[in-house]
Amino acid sequence: MKRAGQGVGVELRDVTFGYRREPVVRDVGFAVPPGGFVGVIGPNGSGKSTLIKLMSGVIRPWRGEVRVAGDDAARLPRAELARRVAVVPQETDLPFPYTVLEMVLFGRTPHLSGFAFEGDSDLAVARAALERTGTLDLAERAVTELSGGERQRVVLARALAQEPRVLLLDEPSAFLDIRHEVEMYDLLRELQREGLTVVSVLHDLNLAALYCDSIVLLAEGRVFCEGTPAEVMTYANLTEVYQTEVYVTMNEITDTMNILPLDAAHREPLSRAREARRPPRER
Amino acid sequence: MPSRAIAFEAAHLTRRRFRAVIAALVLGVVAVALLCVAVGPVRIDLAAALFGFGDASAIDSVILFRTRLPRVLLANCVGAALAMTGAVLQALLRNPLAEPHILGVSGGAAFGGVLTLFLAAGAPVPSYLLTPFGAFAGALAAMLVVYRLGTVNGRLQPYTFLLAGVVCNAFTGALIMAVNAVADLFQTHGILFWLMGSLATTSYPLVLASAFFVALGGVLVARHARALNALTLGEDNATQLGVDVSAVRRLCFVVCSLLVGASVAVSGMIGFVGLIVPHVTRLLLGSDHRLLLPASALVGGMFLSVADTVARSLSSTSELPVGVITALTGGPFFVYLLRRQSSRGLW
Repeated sequence: MKRAGQGVGVELRDVTFGYRREPVVRDVGFAVPPGGFVGVIGPNGSGKSTLIKLMSGVIRPWRGEVRVAGDDAARLPRAELARRVAVVPQETDLPFPYTVLEMVLFGRTPHLSGFAFEGDSDLAVARAALERTGTLDLAERAVTELSGGERQRVVLARALAQEPRVLLLDEPSAFLDIRHEVEMYDLLRELQREGLTVVSVLHDLNLAALYCDSIVLLAEGRVFCEGTPAEVMTYANLTEVYQTEVYVTMNEITDTMNILPLDAAHREPLSRAREARRPPRER
Repeated sequence: MPSRAIAFEAAHLTRRRFRAVIAALVLGVVAVALLCVAVGPVRIDLAAALFGFGDASAIDSVILFRTRLPRVLLANCVGAALAMTGAVLQALLRNPLAEPHILGVSGGAAFGGVLTLFLAAGAPVPSYLLTPFGAFAGALAAMLVVYRLGTVNGRLQPYTFLLAGVVCNAFTGALIMAVNAVADLFQTHGILFWLMGSLATTSYPLVLASAFFVALGGVLVARHARALNALTLGEDNATQLGVDVSAVRRLCFVVCSLLVGASVAVSGMIGFVGLIVPHVTRLLLGSDHRLLLPASALVGGMFLSVADTVARSLSSTSELPVGVITALTGGPFFVYLLRRQSSRGLW
């Protein structure tokens, strides 16, 4: 994954950041090639969402830098950064009933000045984004009336209307059912194949294994390891980082890793066995 | 499919719709203003009064141009200022129930004005020239305090912010009472009279000054209408859409202080205009701030002129403070909104 130097989509170089005194992200460095599909996984509190905020310029690193398409994100004007990077958050809470079309046109914000009305080209971009996400029929509906799945597709349409080179997603399917979840990731894969760089935080390890070309596994704010899903999502890595037993197997249909949770009755014998395998001085 | 194209037009703010709505509202403001100057304890012949402009012996004309017209114009300025402030604060706090009074801004303005009245007793300059500055300084100070308390690590916390506003209001209320207690009887009367507020004026320079502040503030915030739209999605989302959140937020808070300070200085505390007007305007015209801000200003002007006309026409011997009318209509409306909000789980 680390193809140093040329043609980088997003790159983090030794990034450290914290909200208070303690850093929550420590010396994180990895590079996402243009057109890549990278999954960021890790336990709660490992700094996944913070990475999305760092990459989209919401927060600035204490140390290190975030480079987007070759430039330091901290030095780019905000609007320029928003023309390169778009974000789909986990959930969007909407106090005012905008129409779906208005919501998608908000994606044109970095392309337009203060009071300007959207031109034909902006409307064409918005229409294409609505078509792409299958939400054109919802255009006149109020966003506050949509179901969770519809709303998330509209938010994706808004991100696409920014015409970004990099799309960041923070657990975009956390509130979606299994069908809407795979539909969303199928669409993301299509977009990736057309040249978009995709970086997604994922809670669901199976989805990560299924859709990502490479995985960054975080633990306590650091990169624990990175590589292809098969390299990263091993029994040894996952049990160590997540501090629980899992059943790792191969999915015969997709030929990708499957990671399944285990209940306490099945975890304990495995833990004991693992303990017994450790070299004596670590016990 | 032609029907699809039409629906697409209607689902967002086009330049054509913007112009049509603003034109209709401007006509509405003119019509309401004509109606308001025609109504009053003394019946006047509007046509004769209009034609008698400048003739000091034409009594209808004097009533129209010297008392009623400046008053209606001032009501339009103050109504516009309060309604725009409400619309901006609702966007910044992402809460359709935000309002300058609830946020303590007008309490600060009132205290600033009262303090000026108290300290300026015996000053060579007439107090009505000084109170606007005092009120603006008070509004800005209150806003700064509430803003400081309501932002944590550079992020605005709407609930903390609202609570800080409520506390600030109570605090400035106590300060006003304290000043009142140490002031002499003559001053106390002046302070109470000023606090109660009235749109009664015969001064065109005052009307012009208010209009200038409202126009200035209006232009400054309207230039950021698109950023305000993005801010209603939350600060992180707005940043990710390329908005410089802290700069827009700062500018909007300063402009809100200016507008509230100017309106409290000329007319005292008039409640609920900043709450009801943007809300109704949003229901009727949608939530796009490019239209919502100017439309709220025009609707606010109409609402306050009507309220003021009702206030001065209910009795021919005395008049109610206009704040009584706006509070009597606004209070129940607020409760209705609160119930509706909580039933939708937003609060």
